[in-house]
Amino acid sequence: MTATLPIAPASALDALDALESEAIHIFREVAGEFDRPVILFSGGKDSTLLVHLAVKAFAPAPVPFPLLHVDTGHNYPEVIDFRDRLVERLGLRLEVAHVQDWIDDGRLVERPDGTRNPLQTVPLLDTINEHRFDAVFGGGRRDEERARAKERIMSLRDSFGRWDPRKQRPELWNLYNGRHAPGEHVRVFPISNWTELDVWRYIQREGIELPSIYYAHQREVFRRDGMWLAEGPWGGPRGDEALVKKSVRYRTVGDGSCTGAVESTATTLDEVIAEVTASRLTERGATRADDRLSEAAMEDRKREGYF
Amino acid sequence: MTRDLLRFATAGSVDDGKSTLVGRLLYDTKSVLADQIEAVQRASVDKGLSTPDLSLLVDGLRAEREQGITIDVAYRYFGTPKREFVLADTPGHVQYTRNTVTGASTAELAVLLVDARNGVVEQTRRHAAVLALLRVPRLVLAINKIDLVDYDEGVARAIEKDFDELARTLGFASDAVVTIPVSALAGDNVVERSERTPWYEGPTLLGHLESVPVTGPEVAAPFRMPVQYVIRPRKDELHDYRGYAGQVAAGTVAPGDEVVVLPGGARTTVAAVRTADGPLDSAAAGRSVTVLLDDDIDISRGDVLASAAEPPRVTDELDATLCWLAEKPLRPGARLLLKHGTRVTQVIVGAVGERLSLDSDVPLWEPAPEQLGINDIAHASLRTADPLPVDEYADIRATGSFLLIDPPTGNTLAAGLVGTPLAVAR
Repeated sequence: MTATLPIAPASALDALDALESEAIHIFREVAGEFDRPVILFSGGKDSTLLVHLAVKAFAPAPVPFPLLHVDTGHNYPEVIDFRDRLVERLGLRLEVAHVQDWIDDGRLVERPDGTRNPLQTVPLLDTINEHRFDAVFGGGRRDEERARAKERIMSLRDSFGRWDPRKQRPELWNLYNGRHAPGEHVRVFPISNWTELDVWRYIQREGIELPSIYYAHQREVFRRDGMWLAEGPWGGPRGDEALVKKSVRYRTVGDGSCTGAVESTATTLDEVIAEVTASRLTERGATRADDRLSEAAMEDRKREGYF
Repeated sequence: MTRDLLRFATAGSVDDGKSTLVGRLLYDTKSVLADQIEAVQRASVDKGLSTPDLSLLVDGLRAEREQGITIDVAYRYFGTPKREFVLADTPGHVQYTRNTVTGASTAELAVLLVDARNGVVEQTRRHAAVLALLRVPRLVLAINKIDLVDYDEGVARAIEKDFDELARTLGFASDAVVTIPVSALAGDNVVERSERTPWYEGPTLLGHLESVPVTGPEVAAPFRMPVQYVIRPRKDELHDYRGYAGQVAAGTVAPGDEVVVLPGGARTTVAAVRTADGPLDSAAAGRSVTVLLDDDIDISRGDVLASAAEPPRVTDELDATLCWLAEKPLRPGARLLLKHGTRVTQVIVGAVGERLSLDSDVPLWEPAPEQLGINDIAHASLRTADPLPVDEYADIRATGSFLLIDPPTGNTLAAGLVGTPLAVAR
């Protein structure tokens, strides 16, 4: 006995519409199944995209989640300004966890290299516990890094906030299983299936405003480990590292100590997209020093509870 | 510029070169950037290899690199001027069923690898049966390592013939399966046409992936939409706004359509189909929308909006096929949770029926085992606490599928398919 498998006609959705619909579906699943979700927000392009998609998922009602910014204290002023304007314009609630508070009361110790990116994990987990957040949205994408390629869209974290890649739940169809015990939470990645170029094309299509540092501008930078870093309260430049003025832009927004700028003259979205298309480096390879620490730097941080 | 998206999965046994094939696809479509290649070159030199090991591009976990195997499904992205691709890269290791089910559940096409030296082996039959069970609409049989059989046409034709017989038995239509001889290591017929297989006239693997029609998620089926969330703005100017948010799971919906709300059974008419960007003339499967209705009916998360003319069956007694994915065995009488669409309800597992045996040349249903273990596929009868609007999985994937969840741990135990989607001999 045999049956013939059906072949349905082509779907009309283009790639960006399909990705948008998937992300909106994920936001609505979480709103329907969890009590206290929160959106991690850094002011970067991916988390700004998340907020835009959340607005679209619940329109014309307001976004039913607050934002959480884990602030390393090593910020670009343009990003903080952008964050505050966005929150104001959309009428969102913003929680800020200042890494400095954890250093001041001794729960964290400043690292010798001055970078605070790895120090974000403890303030993040403490804040999740304190507010009893049960679903934490992040802008992580599987194309960013090999360990992130293994991440589920809804990913359980134990009561220590840890990720165990060998114990992930299978993710079948679009039936997401977000069940968790008290004290555990779920990380949710609505833009898992987007690439850096998808993000930029969508930002262009939707006219999404970003912090100005994503576009080429004149900035005083210095060279360290092959990256152009900006001066900042984290202790750069040191010794014989000389500041020079360059036309640069950022591909990611993170802690100032480890996020490099790229030389660029791209001042418009068209120019940025052309530059990203032609680039021979990934965004993390180009501009994130912390991923260069070891072969498995991201996996190790994620296991500890980093997003 | 509009390009569509093809979601596909790989399958095949250990050491038949899946990671290398995926690495080759990424490398030859220039989807791998210089820093990633440098990292692979460094790691290959460290391992004492003379050429870069492309599988290192995709094996992302520490343990995978240490053991040289792929442990878990990973997702890869690449694009060409014609199309964007999401690839579920599944491991071929012992946990075959679990991983193949995970990768295949959302795939519109699967690339099944065989080693040209070994041809169709037990693992090929298992994977093909699971892909047929999951109703993956299209299949590519990639005969890999064709360089190791001296690009011999006879070898490839024999494997193709063997596989065609299997595919027919499993219910794949003849135009749904394409066979391509490749060498992932040397790059033959993956992205570039090979001059060493002059007898092969079909497309390269990438050429086929770029041109195969994207099977939309059941656009032609009757309308189904599980309600995810009720949108009530509670603002003065939108005082009476009540929008039902969801992703169209099958068919299309348009203003004026008559719909039924299930399991309750109330009927009404669609007043508007909206997104945040405004009203739509119609929305097809895959699109997330908000539906407004003519009548004020009590509707909440878990309900399903469906075509009034062709509604799903509403039942609390399910005959289903289960793919058991967990270490913890299933015993008849177990009380579990079931997630169908946007509804979670309690379920009691009744009798476990026949189990699919994948050990012989063709899959066979064999007498019921006492309990189900990891990777078992079997029929079971289930009784649910709430009535569910279901379709046969063979007709509509979205409303014919469900999860079984372990109440104490919350773990996903099984993939469930309503009915008997694999019609093979008993």
